[in-house]
Amino acid sequence: MVVRCEEVWREISNYIDGEIDQPLRTAMEAHIAGCSKCKAILDGTRNVARLYGDERMYPLPLGFSSRLRGKLEQKLSPQRGGALGWMVAFAAAVLAVGTFAVGNSSAFNKPPLRSEHAQPGIHVPPQMMVVVADRGKTFHVQGCEFIHDKTVRSMPAEEAIREGYSPCFRCMSKYLSATALWVPRNSVHGRSGLQDVHN
Amino acid sequence: MSAEAIPLAKPVDNQDEGTLIRRIRNGERELFYDLVRPYERRVFAAAYAILHNEADAEDAAQEAVLKAFKNLRQFREESRFSTWLIQIAVNEARMRRRREHAKVMEPIVDHQPEDASYTPRDFADWREIPSETLERKEIRQRLVEALATLDEKYREVFVLRDVEQLSIEETAKALSISVASVKTRLLRARLMLRDLLAPGFGGGWLSKLSFQKGKKPW
Repeated sequence: MVVRCEEVWREISNYIDGEIDQPLRTAMEAHIAGCSKCKAILDGTRNVARLYGDERMYPLPLGFSSRLRGKLEQKLSPQRGGALGWMVAFAAAVLAVGTFAVGNSSAFNKPPLRSEHAQPGIHVPPQMMVVVADRGKTFHVQGCEFIHDKTVRSMPAEEAIREGYSPCFRCMSKYLSATALWVPRNSVHGRSGLQDVHN
Repeated sequence: MSAEAIPLAKPVDNQDEGTLIRRIRNGERELFYDLVRPYERRVFAAAYAILHNEADAEDAAQEAVLKAFKNLRQFREESRFSTWLIQIAVNEARMRRRREHAKVMEPIVDHQPEDASYTPRDFADWREIPSETLERKEIRQRLVEALATLDEKYREVFVLRDVEQLSIEETAKALSISVASVKTRLLRARLMLRDLLAPGFGGGWLSKLSFQKGKKPW
């Protein structure tokens, strides 16, 4: 079986997807081996599929996940309705007023760390994207071997810190410099590093 | 820096997903984000590939997720949840594109019948793609622009098959077209994109970037 260039072009997509029978595949391979034009078409077509299918092609905008989550929460909250909804709103208002009244008290304007043994980070870029697990205590770069949970969510570092996560010892070690290693033993809120994040 | 590459989180396995869906349907609606979280990048990618604008794509992706939330009872478990969700995202993006760009954005490539044979216009050699290519925003932008020039029927097949990696059968089902049509349109889309991109990648696009990696041109 011998194929011409036009037949190779017509079947090139099916060839890449493995959607052609063996005799045609063999004939195409024989043709492509000796035809620089068809080789260029095959390489380029493969590259197109590979590039657009790469997960780096369409990165999520910063903060996408938290905005999406916010929308879903908005959608959920009216459903609570009735007396419960009003109670929740009232409790939130009391909490907001209370927090305002306490003013600069560090115990209230800094979230507690999820782990009291953890260290806060310093100079963590607030917009750096990190991943966390709901049951975890630390934030990581995607792919860190210290991530043990199957599902993780991504968010900017400042948001992870607001939720009480601290830097992973493995992948975020550069944000755990010697100056941040000392934490008052009797206070989980005595974390000088946190302010740096918002600078 | 406006965006960061976040690899796709591993999807929960089918059994976990089925359980999650049942729990949500039975009233634990707050679990819905856990269900969509592994697919949020793919939902955004589908919308972006069709709308080629980040802000519009985010709106469309959010709306698609909210629609999936509202209509979860209509999901039939014989298909994959991810396929169903992506199909909603494609429909949402398509609707917005038609509404907002109906008269402004005419595709510039290809008005031939889809089964007409396609002759490549360029034979530029484009063998290798350096692994860091897609970390460059300007390269991603070139790819977005190239895809935007394709006619809708080619772009949608390409998005589902090559961007979202659905199977040919799933793509056919999602777009309500035949398997043969998917194959024909996919061939045309891939060849047109290759024609548009090969001269750039085979030529100067990547070498122009070399100075940004430490080799200063002065």
